Amino acid sequence: MRLHEYQAKRILSQVGISVPRGQVATSVSEVRQIAEWLGTRVVLKAQVLTGGRGRGGGIRLAHDAAEAERIASQMFGMEVNGYIASRLLVDEAVDIEQEIYLAITINGLGNVYHSPAQPAIVTSSRGGFEISDLAQGEPEGVYVREIDPLLGLREYQARELAYEVGLGREQSRQFVSTAMGLWNVSWGNDATLVEANPLVVCPNGELVSLNARMTIDDDALFRHPNLSDLRDESQETAAERLARRHGICYVRLGGNVGCLSNGAGLAMATMDALRLRGIKAASFVDVGVGAQAAKVMVGLRLALNGSVGAALVNILGGVARCDEVAAGILGAYEELDLSIPIVVRLEGMHKQAAYAALAEIPRQHEHARLYMAESLADAVQQVAALVQPNGGR
Amino acid sequence: MSILVDQQTRVLVQGIATADGLAYVQNMVAAASTIVAGAAFGLGGTWCGSIPVFDTVKEAVRATDANAAVVCGRGGEAAEAILEAADAEMALIVCMPTDVPVHDMVLVKARLRNTPVCLIGPGSHGVCSPGKSNVGIIPPYMVRPGSVGIVSRSGSLAYEVTWMLTQAGIGQSTILSIGGGLVVGSGFAEILAMFEEDPATEQVVLIGEIGGQQEEMAARFVADRMSKPVTAFVTGQTAPPGRQMGHAGPVIEELAGTARYKTEVLKQSGVRVARYADELPGLLVERM
Repeated sequence: MRLHEYQAKRILSQVGISVPRGQVATSVSEVRQIAEWLGTRVVLKAQVLTGGRGRGGGIRLAHDAAEAERIASQMFGMEVNGYIASRLLVDEAVDIEQEIYLAITINGLGNVYHSPAQPAIVTSSRGGFEISDLAQGEPEGVYVREIDPLLGLREYQARELAYEVGLGREQSRQFVSTAMGLWNVSWGNDATLVEANPLVVCPNGELVSLNARMTIDDDALFRHPNLSDLRDESQETAAERLARRHGICYVRLGGNVGCLSNGAGLAMATMDALRLRGIKAASFVDVGVGAQAAKVMVGLRLALNGSVGAALVNILGGVARCDEVAAGILGAYEELDLSIPIVVRLEGMHKQAAYAALAEIPRQHEHARLYMAESLADAVQQVAALVQPNGGR
Repeated sequence: MSILVDQQTRVLVQGIATADGLAYVQNMVAAASTIVAGAAFGLGGTWCGSIPVFDTVKEAVRATDANAAVVCGRGGEAAEAILEAADAEMALIVCMPTDVPVHDMVLVKARLRNTPVCLIGPGSHGVCSPGKSNVGIIPPYMVRPGSVGIVSRSGSLAYEVTWMLTQAGIGQSTILSIGGGLVVGSGFAEILAMFEEDPATEQVVLIGEIGGQQEEMAARFVADRMSKPVTAFVTGQTAPPGRQMGHAGPVIEELAGTARYKTEVLKQSGVRVARYADELPGLLVERM
C-alpha cells in the first residue's frame, strides 16, 4: 500500500526528519487558509498515488494566498495518470542549494547467483534519480550499502555515504540522523520503500525532505492497524476496492476478454496465450491458491467488469478444488443471469464433478453461453472463435 | 535419485489443523507420501487421521524422525514456523503461504545463512519427485516419473507445464516452485545446481516470470556452471509496467524486469526459450 506524500511526511517528521511546513487541504478555502498561515510562497502538490506528478501539472508554485486559491481551484479534481486529486498538500516553498536522493528499500539485486534479499540504503547526489534504475546495477553517482537486518543500519554506514555524496561535516551530521530516522521508519512500519527524494540542502544549511514516498508491505498490514487506516479509498476504482476486500488481485488492462485464474504465473501465461491469437485481455484476475466458491464468484464479476466480449476462466487446482470453482461459477449465474460467453478450463482434483455441474447451467439459465475447454490451447481457440469474426485464424 | 525429496522424506506438517493444512495432507496422502507428524500448538496428543499431532516441532522430530517440514496457514505466522523448524534441524522446509511479510523473510534468511537448511518458498506449491514423494499440493495424477527437472516461480504454471509434459509422455525427476515473491528461500540458481548434480535429471525446464532478478541469476549460473540442457519459458509478456500482478507480486519496475529482457538474457546464456508454454514438450523431445 502506497501512502500519500503528506502521510509519509507526517511519519518522517515524527522521527525528527525535517520536512517543509505545510498542511493538506480538501477544499479551495482550506488552501487559502493554509497559504495565509504560512505567509510565504507555497507549493501546491496534488495528492495522487502515482509518479510523474510534476510533468502532469500536479505540482505548482503560488506566490501568495490569492494565487494559491486560484491555482487550487484548477487542481482539485484534476487527473494524473488516471488518479483524481481530491487533496492538495500546501507546503512552504523552500530554496534549494543541493538535491540528494536517499532511500531505504529491499535489495533484490542479484549478486552473481544469489540474491542477498537484504534491506539497503541507497543515496545519490544526482537529482531525478529513480530507484528502479538500480535494477541495471549500481549506476555512477549512486551509492548502496546493504543493511544486516540483525544489526540494523549503523551510523558509520550513513557517514560513509554522506562523504560519498560530497556533504560537509555539518550536513553529514544531519544526513546521518535523517538516514537513521528513515531506517527506523522503514523497519518499524514494514515499509518496503521509504524515500526522501529530493532531500535538499537549504541556503541556511538545513537538510529538508522536500518530498517523501512510502510503500507499506500489504502482507504486514495486519500488524499495523494505524497504517491501514491511512488507506485513501478515493484512489481506487470500485472494482479495485471490491477485489482488495476479497483478497483478489485485479488489474484492468483494457482489452475485451476478461481473464480469471489462480496464481499470478498461470494468469499471466493465460494473457500471453491470448495475445498470441491477437486477443487483448480486459483484466487480470488472480483469485489466489485456495480459492473458495465465494471468491470465484466475485472474481468472475470482476473479470466481466467493463465492456468485455467474453471471459476465460483458467484454473488449475491443487488446494482449489474444481468442484468449488464450479460452485462459484454457478453462483455467479444465479446472481447475475449472465449472457456474456464464458469459456471454462479446469484441471485438478474433482474435475469430472465440476464439469458435470457446469453442464447443468445452460439448462437452468436460458441466457447462459458457457463453454468447456480441455486445455489452455483449446480454451484460447474457443475464445478466439467467440470474439473474432474470423475465428482468430 | 531426484532432488530435495524422495522415499526417505519423512514429512512434518506445521499448521496441520488449518484449512490449507488439511487440504495439503489429503493431497499428500493421496500421493502416498510418508507423512509422519503434524505440529499444532495446543493439539499435541491428538490425531489427524492416522497422523500424530505434537505441540512443538522438536517433540515431533524426537518422536518420528521427521526430516522435512511443510509450513501451512497464515503468512503472518510463517516466519515463526520456519524458525522453529530450522531450530529443530529440518533439512528441508517448504513454505506454502504467499502472504509472508517481506521483513519477516529478510530476518528468516539472515537466520538461515550458513546453515544446511534448505528453504523453499514462501509461496511454493511444493516439491514432488514422482513415484517417490510429493510434499505439497501438486495433484498426483498430473505427474509421471522421468528425467526432466522442472523449477518454476509460479506454482499453478508449474502444474500447467507438468501436466502438458505428462500428457506428452515426458516424465519428471522433480518438480518444484520456489515462489514468486521478492524474497524467497532458495533461488533458481541454487535449484539448478542441485539438478546439475542429480544423476536422475537429464534436462531442466525453468519457468520464469516478470520482475526481480531470479532469471538473470539463473542465466549466469547456466552460462558458468551448467552442463545439462536448460529450456525456459518466461511469462508476463503482456503485463503492463508498474502494476503488481498477483499475490506474490511480480512488478515490472523497469526495462530489466520485462519478459522480453529476461528471455534475451537467458538466450545469451545458452538457454533455449519457448515463445509460449505449449512449445515446451516439443523442445524437450528434441533434446532427448
